[in-house]
Amino acid sequence: MKPLKLFALITVLVTGFLLMYGVNDMPNLGSNLSPASMHVSPYYIQHSEEDTNAPNFVSAVLADYRGFDTLFETTVIFCAGMVCMMLLRENKQ
Amino acid sequence: MIKRYDNLIIEFFCRIIAAPVFLFGVYIIFHGEASPGGGFQGGVILGAGYIMLAIAYGIDFTLKRLREKVILFLSCFGVFIYGGIGAACILWQGNFLDYGKLPLPLTHANAIRGIGIMGVEIGVGLTVMGVMVSIYYDLIVAGGVQPEIKGE
Repeated sequence: MKPLKLFALITVLVTGFLLMYGVNDMPNLGSNLSPASMHVSPYYIQHSEEDTNAPNFVSAVLADYRGFDTLFETTVIFCAGMVCMMLLRENKQ
Repeated sequence: MIKRYDNLIIEFFCRIIAAPVFLFGVYIIFHGEASPGGGFQGGVILGAGYIMLAIAYGIDFTLKRLREKVILFLSCFGVFIYGGIGAACILWQGNFLDYGKLPLPLTHANAIRGIGIMGVEIGVGLTVMGVMVSIYYDLIVAGGVQPEIKGE
């Protein structure tokens, strides 16, 4: 076996071991004690209707609390359309 | 089947299905704040209805109804609506995208926020629909189909 391939194999094995080792520290799937669901999620679930008058708090988070994110998601989709137009359409001079 | 292909069954069922599909897309956009859905999903449904008509009836049929220029204008206008609502909040002494400051004749600022969310969803839906249709049009033009109706 070439030394470069041996090096790659060792790297993959060590990385895989580290990742599998790190999985042990992750919270359970859907656990309410995980950091992601203890920081701002309870506030959104409890107060989104009185804050934004939207019964669906996914929409409230998407368009109001995280409005800036959604604005640039829309811009990314718009840019995708423009790039497709520039690449695929022939130039009519 | 991007060119017109006469098949009575396909055309008949597409004609029946088209109106409910567009209605469902508009419903999903406007009920985005109250039920699952929103601008992205509703816009994709509207674009899919258009693409279905283009497949069944040929691209010239749909381009006659909705010109290429109009599609591009819609996709730009959606982003403009979103950014415009956000910038209008600055004019009435709020932060960017702080919908509660908009001067609408409603008693609660929270109800105004709901209206702002809906306006933003409409903008997202227009952009997504325009981009879906535009990408479809670009793909069939790149694939060799020359529509008789140009964009102008």
